[in-house]
Amino acid sequence: MTDNTAQTPSGPVLAADGRPLKASLNRALRAQKIRALLLIAPLLIFILITFIAPIADMLFRSVENQIVRDTLPRTVVALDTWTNTDEAPGEDVYAALYYDIFEAAEFRNHSRVGSRLNYELTGVSSMFRRAGRGVGRFDTDIYTDQFTALDPAWAEYETWTGLMDDDAIRAALPETSDAFDTWIHITIDANDDVPAEEDIEDFVFTALYRDLSNTGYSGSNALLSTAADAVAGFESVSLRDQFADMDEDWLDPTVMETIKVYSPSYTPGYFLTAIDMQLTADGVSAQPEDRRIYVTLFERTLFMSMVIMGSCVLLGYPIAFLLANLPTRVSNLLLILVLLPFWTSLLVRTSAWKVLLQQQGVINDVLVWIGLVADDNRLQLINNQTGTIIAMTHILLPFMILPLYSVMQTIPPTYVRAAKSLGATNWTAFWRVYFPQSVPGIGAGCILVFILSIGYYITPELVGGRTGTFISNRIAYHISSSLNWGLAAALGSILLAVVLLLYWAYDKLVGIDNVKLG
Amino acid sequence: MNASSGSENFVVFDRVQKSYDGETLVVKDLNLSIGQGEFLTMLGPSGSGKTTCLMMLAGFETATHGEILLDGQPINNIPPHKRGIGMVFQNYALFPHMTVAENLAFPLQVRKIGKSDQEAKVKRALDMVQMGDFGGRRPAQLSGGQQQRIALARALVFEPELVLMDEPLGALDKQLREHMQFEITNLAHQLGITTVYVTHDQTEALTMSDRVAVFDDGRIQQLAPPDQLYEAPENSFVAQFIGENNTLMGTVKEMSDDAAVVQLDDGEVIDAVPVNVKKVGDRTLISIRPERVEIDKNRLHPEAHTIKAEVLEFIYMGDIYRTRLRVAGNDNFVIKTRNAPDQRRMTPGEQIEIGWRPQDCRALDA
Repeated sequence: MTDNTAQTPSGPVLAADGRPLKASLNRALRAQKIRALLLIAPLLIFILITFIAPIADMLFRSVENQIVRDTLPRTVVALDTWTNTDEAPGEDVYAALYYDIFEAAEFRNHSRVGSRLNYELTGVSSMFRRAGRGVGRFDTDIYTDQFTALDPAWAEYETWTGLMDDDAIRAALPETSDAFDTWIHITIDANDDVPAEEDIEDFVFTALYRDLSNTGYSGSNALLSTAADAVAGFESVSLRDQFADMDEDWLDPTVMETIKVYSPSYTPGYFLTAIDMQLTADGVSAQPEDRRIYVTLFERTLFMSMVIMGSCVLLGYPIAFLLANLPTRVSNLLLILVLLPFWTSLLVRTSAWKVLLQQQGVINDVLVWIGLVADDNRLQLINNQTGTIIAMTHILLPFMILPLYSVMQTIPPTYVRAAKSLGATNWTAFWRVYFPQSVPGIGAGCILVFILSIGYYITPELVGGRTGTFISNRIAYHISSSLNWGLAAALGSILLAVVLLLYWAYDKLVGIDNVKLG
Repeated sequence: MNASSGSENFVVFDRVQKSYDGETLVVKDLNLSIGQGEFLTMLGPSGSGKTTCLMMLAGFETATHGEILLDGQPINNIPPHKRGIGMVFQNYALFPHMTVAENLAFPLQVRKIGKSDQEAKVKRALDMVQMGDFGGRRPAQLSGGQQQRIALARALVFEPELVLMDEPLGALDKQLREHMQFEITNLAHQLGITTVYVTHDQTEALTMSDRVAVFDDGRIQQLAPPDQLYEAPENSFVAQFIGENNTLMGTVKEMSDDAAVVQLDDGEVIDAVPVNVKKVGDRTLISIRPERVEIDKNRLHPEAHTIKAEVLEFIYMGDIYRTRLRVAGNDNFVIKTRNAPDQRRMTPGEQIEIGWRPQDCRALDA
């Protein structure tokens, strides 16, 4: 074949140099693409760093739960073997909890894990705070006293390092070696001290006592052998009782169950809370009736957004129609009136509604004056759903009018004329010919208004009162007041998912291609 | 049909005036009768009032003064949808959200015609414009010519007695336009419907119409069949608007009922037919059609008047030659000669003698 740009029957189309035409085309377009990418790169990077990444991080927080496992590692492991959740676990779990809280208290982490668990079980936070102070005053000093009485060498740092250098001894005394390492870690990293100059803490001796009395010692170290023989006669102290003395609730199985349930690194717990469910040792169950708020809030948010969207369509459509069909000079003037609210601060507008809508406000005064409403029976127009709907309809109306207007402007008046010339009445011409062509504008306006209102925060916060607030207000509360960011993230993720779902449904029903902003 | 209304007066404009702003009249004292089954074209430059007249007839504009009668009934106060007039719009105005068949069924639906009847009528209308297979398409999937046919079918599907067309072929290319001109006239005559057609394209007006109303400045300048309009324009506007036209300025020297002697501005004296010059001494505009000018002395009529001319430009146009001459001081005197085997080609600078029959030379208002 002389012309090698032609399609050969067996292969792809080739360019003049013999390469596949597609590859040549891609190569030719690559430079253009790179240049385009470079042009948007600053904005892209800015968005990535300041917007996408924080959002991704926040969404990640909705399932992230490493704090329990990181702060209470021993307890988490010890709780693995606890299966009878009807009664409190045994001594081993409380010993593990003792080491964990002691370490956490030194690093001042105990109140954080307490707050985390407090989201799931109220009261845990104060238990952990008190335990942080209390574990240092446990009666475990009797172990220290008994071991040093047996042999003063136990008080020496060198004795311990000598023992701990021996791998066989470490293997024989797992709890002790772990406790000793923890003590070194605390001394150096938390207290900034030199271990050799410090007294060894009681919990290390507690671990030693527990190791020796649980498994004994069969090695060759004389010091340890003597101690192993002596521990049977030692006075002992129950850590379970020590915790119980500090706070009876430590013996409550639900506390331990909560720690156990929330021990995995990732948890569906926040999401379950966000839909009024809870995670227990027996699996997922509904929240008690008096603690169910989020589903109601989601429903209310969706319902009110729909109502706001609907009233925006009803109010905005005639205005947009008028704007699109008036002479340009008049319509421009009216358009400025529509846009005027845009140039006023959102806060000012919302506050204005407060003045208008309150019981001693302008609207009620006028209604009383003309006698529609009795003076002692003024309408409750604010701090409820009515207030939120009125104020938000007003605020979001331009977002409905503008897309409607720009779509209506593109509908030539000849269509309606043609319909009339074909015998349609004014109404039929509007309903069968004009309206269907304005549907893309309604779609665009509805999506805009609905998505804006579903995440609205300031206006419901100011005029919503107790019954007119949205899920976004709850999210804001968890972000800034209760500091339960995980739950806030879960609520936000659900909100995002709902919006995407509705968007998808809208695409299926109406077709997103039919949405026109102008 | 109302028996009292003669078929000569199916549509009547009776002293109709129209003003948009209350200061200037767009349509001034319009009187026009359109016979049943007639194809009448309103021709004129833009702003001449022709579209306004059409819109008043359709009901989208109201007459400021005067009356419009349709089949003997005054229709000034009848809303457009009750007039039963079919209309084809400039950009077709096919409803984009409906299929072709739905577009055609629309006028039948609003008239509450039965479903099976609807389908039969839609099918007949589509077949009539040879678009039978396109019922399921959307207007956007059709070419301009196809959309034009659908618009025509939609205006005809409810069997109106009067169809209005507002520059329906304006958006088509030349070849398609010529084809559609032929189809529209054929269809109109076949169905026997009265058609009022608005255009600014004089070829369209001449080839399609039974009668043409030439509009200018809100008035009908001449209402006549195409051949009369072309060959016997009644005033200088019509003469210059319709077809190509050579003009020479002069003064009437002598005048009788059917002949006038005109002295051209360079002193030459010629004979002409007086059309709307009133008296001796009037300034006049002499109009001669380019194809009526003869350059071959042997073929000149014995009564023909001859005059000297200088060739300025010779343009070969395929079927004809177009030669620009200087005649009696006018540099834009154009003649057209047929491209025949024995036809002479002229060269610029050549001095020739041309002539025409006195009856082809019309003395009009200046």
